[in-house]
Amino acid sequence: MSTLEPRTFTVTRADLVAYANASGDQNPIHQDEDVAKSVGLPGVIAHGMFTMALVARAVESWTGPGRVVELGCKFTKPVVVPAGDAGTEVTVAGTMGDPSDGVATIALEVTCGGEKVLGAPRAVVRV
Amino acid sequence: MPIDQSLVGREFPSSAPREVTEDHVRAFVEATGGEYAGQVPPTYPIVLTFDAMFAFLDAEQIDLHRIVHGDQKFTYERPIEVGDVLTATLGVSGVRSLGGADIIRTTSEVRDAGGALVCTAAATLVHGGGAA
Repeated sequence: MSTLEPRTFTVTRADLVAYANASGDQNPIHQDEDVAKSVGLPGVIAHGMFTMALVARAVESWTGPGRVVELGCKFTKPVVVPAGDAGTEVTVAGTMGDPSDGVATIALEVTCGGEKVLGAPRAVVRV
Repeated sequence: MPIDQSLVGREFPSSAPREVTEDHVRAFVEATGGEYAGQVPPTYPIVLTFDAMFAFLDAEQIDLHRIVHGDQKFTYERPIEVGDVLTATLGVSGVRSLGGADIIRTTSEVRDAGGALVCTAAATLVHGGGAA
């Protein structure tokens, strides 16, 4: 077992617009405050897949690229992104288990404002 | 269209073949604050599986705005590379109701131009029962 250096990422509304264009997910709850509130959300929220992309960035920062064989999570709590350049911050922490048969499991903890936003986030990587 | 067990095991239209281009991967990487260095990031195949999901939603006349992403898991046979031409095919592995919502388990296979499996993407789609 080894504890990995946590990674913190800033997420702004401009990032979400860029991600919507790149990914094809134009759901307005990720861009429009009024629409988000109309469906009961506290405000504009990040795409779940945006947060998962940050998890992948953290994992590859630890392992190098091209080593992930499995990556999964549940989307349990929305990441609310306020307007303005400051945005919000998402932190990805991880603990790598002992390697077995050339792979190791990284148990992750993904938080925003001190609260966990993903359920059971986990990566399996080639080591 | 009813969201029920009749969806399980049916085949839905595959996504149109999509070439993984450097420009698109760069845009995807930069949108999440990264710097493109030639590699395709692990969550990139969501672009393919979205294509397949849209085809599924369209075929079943399910409204995208009533869908919430419950979970996602990727299993990779190999890293995706720029130049790959990929197609995704979605299947429904289970449907159940919970608290007025329909929970649809999907599995999408992403294959390359030669038909080899590149990535399997399992996703749970939660379809709200009330007004969206």
